[in-house]
Amino acid sequence: MEKNLTFPEKVWQIFASVKLTIYTLVLLAVTSIIGTVILQNGTPRQYQQLYGDGIYNLIKIFNIDDMYGAWWFLALLIILCINIVVCSTERLSSTWKIIFPKKLSFNPQRFKKLKNLESFNLKRDANDAAQGCEQFLTKTVGRVLKQETETGMVLYAEKGRWTRMGVYVVHASILLLLLGGLIGSIFGFKASLNLDEGETADTAFIVQKRAMVDLGFSIRCNDFQVKFYDSGAPEEFKSNLTIIENGTESFTKDILVNHPLRYKGINIFQSSYGTAQPDAVVLDVIRSSDQSVSHHTLKIGQEISLPDGQGVFKLEGFLPHFDFRNNNLGEAFVGRITPADGTAGFQIGLPIKFPTFDKMRKGAFAFVVKEFEQKHYTGLQITKDPGIWYVYSGFILMIIGCWITFFMSHQSYFIEVTQTRDGDSQISLSGTTNRNAQGLKLKLKKIVTKLKDI
Amino acid sequence: MNSSLALSSTTFIYALASIFYIASFSFKNKTFSKIGFIILILGFLDNTCGIILRWIESYQMGYGHAPFSNMYESLVFFSWTVALLYIFVELKYKESIIGVFVSPLVFLAIAYASFDPGMSTKISPLIPALKSNWLIAHVITCFLGYAGFAVAFGFSIMYFVKPKDENSVSIFAKLPSWELIDELTYQMVVFGFLFLTIGIITGAVWANSAWGKYWSWDPKETWSLITWIVYAVFMHLRMMKGWYGKNLAWVSIIGFMAVLFTYFGVNYVLSGLHSYA
Repeated sequence: MEKNLTFPEKVWQIFASVKLTIYTLVLLAVTSIIGTVILQNGTPRQYQQLYGDGIYNLIKIFNIDDMYGAWWFLALLIILCINIVVCSTERLSSTWKIIFPKKLSFNPQRFKKLKNLESFNLKRDANDAAQGCEQFLTKTVGRVLKQETETGMVLYAEKGRWTRMGVYVVHASILLLLLGGLIGSIFGFKASLNLDEGETADTAFIVQKRAMVDLGFSIRCNDFQVKFYDSGAPEEFKSNLTIIENGTESFTKDILVNHPLRYKGINIFQSSYGTAQPDAVVLDVIRSSDQSVSHHTLKIGQEISLPDGQGVFKLEGFLPHFDFRNNNLGEAFVGRITPADGTAGFQIGLPIKFPTFDKMRKGAFAFVVKEFEQKHYTGLQITKDPGIWYVYSGFILMIIGCWITFFMSHQSYFIEVTQTRDGDSQISLSGTTNRNAQGLKLKLKKIVTKLKDI
Repeated sequence: MNSSLALSSTTFIYALASIFYIASFSFKNKTFSKIGFIILILGFLDNTCGIILRWIESYQMGYGHAPFSNMYESLVFFSWTVALLYIFVELKYKESIIGVFVSPLVFLAIAYASFDPGMSTKISPLIPALKSNWLIAHVITCFLGYAGFAVAFGFSIMYFVKPKDENSVSIFAKLPSWELIDELTYQMVVFGFLFLTIGIITGAVWANSAWGKYWSWDPKETWSLITWIVYAVFMHLRMMKGWYGKNLAWVSIIGFMAVLFTYFGVNYVLSGLHSYA
């Protein structure tokens, strides 16, 4: 680095270096691994269990529990952005001069030194051959410049100067992507909402912030359906939702996985489902002594008195995971029997999957779940992302930019036509390109075969 | 003829092609590599048939989806894309000797799919998240990207075996010129990079329509980004810092390791949303 630089100039120099780009990229790649190995967004207890207290303190200092939003990771991204902006401004002015030259000119001496020079003879008069070559170049490349030399005539044509802009498009697209991401993280949210069939909600829960968000309208889940393959794997799940605004129903729509509902900048996705608590159940109460059966329809919280004045049974609730001696028996109703003789009451579980489970208790009465109205809740993901259009524009620009940068190039072609002693002409052909020299070499060979036919 | 017959015969045809390429290389005999190339094309056609048949069979079973939905199907498709890309390169550059560094990769991928006992070869129905038109676009572009990097990796190996001395009698002396190896490696990286970019983008757009988030730092996403960054570094080193030869070949090899981890490691070692393949 030169000596008499002022401080801002020094800083500028640092950010104008490709070395910084490479170090930043390598750091981003290496540190990104951390988040794929260490649990993200866990609770303090999970970290303490997994890694112990000492390492948990380190994790907290460096925000490794939310690594991709950590200050140092964001700092790396900001350095990358400044680096891109500074490098691009530094180089753009010189690229601009190449793309828009004041006057297009060429050096006829240059082409003979090029490594890809091809030469051959044509059994034609030099003027005639030059005309043919000129027509060929005009057609396949572009406007032809001509210059007489001591030995003959040199033709020159070029194309694709503008493709030198491609790399700036790629870099701009990265800035646009990060800008879109920033807008999304400031003004957007990602929330979840579990809605029972028939239920309505106007807020959703933002998991990361552990806070509720007001949606500005209400969602009612009218119906939820799930279809299974023969193998038992889910085939499709579908919610029928109605959007209600200011007390009036706006519209109703089905949503499926991969087919969300978008309304007023808010997106509603089908993400999961589960069994909702049923309102009521039909129970058989079987007397053990003579197997006589009585039917009862019970609502949650309701009590019935047992036959023979043996006491009362209260249906206490519904559990998604009923635990019996450390075995998860799945969904189950739970109830409490309070005997009439004054002995202590006790709880019993009635798992749906094992209807006669309660018989094993060998009590005076066994309770068997006969039927209940199976209700689901739908698991919705609700997001808002005002940055999405910046991100999508970034995506499109990046693909276009990469295409231009990698598959198009600024190429120029030289053809020299000289008269030989026996009245034929000698043609020499070469070219330059700013990328893919090998491709140009192959192309020149093809041009030779074409020129031989003119 | 059914797909499993077509695909297992493909495995053997690719093995035969690799043997011919290696023989051509060891005995310095061009005829062998010409035969190897023809066998490779036959294997590729068989591979194509296998994929199409499997597609048709999934419709006959009533599931009806493109054969890109699990590890087995993706490996078969990976072989197909690498073979396709290599056939294109050999036709364009007329260098058959480099096939010795690529044909074994084509064989290994499909052999792993066929012979790993833990690999489920069953055609199974799609889970709801995979039912999208983005599936085909996403898988094809990602795998073209992987194929580009795989071929680039094969070519990078040449930097380490070709003798510096032009008059050497080593069997590696016949490899193409340094210039051509450099150009070919670069072209393959560029091809892979473009398609990995499109693959990540189609994946992001798809994720946005399935889960409502275009990027959620899922391990598969993160590792594909790491791979992308490694190759971005490769290109900056080559074009802005003038790196070439062995040094650059190392970057290409590291990049391919990242590809392999994105492809296999994430599924077997880490867990995430992308558990199918």
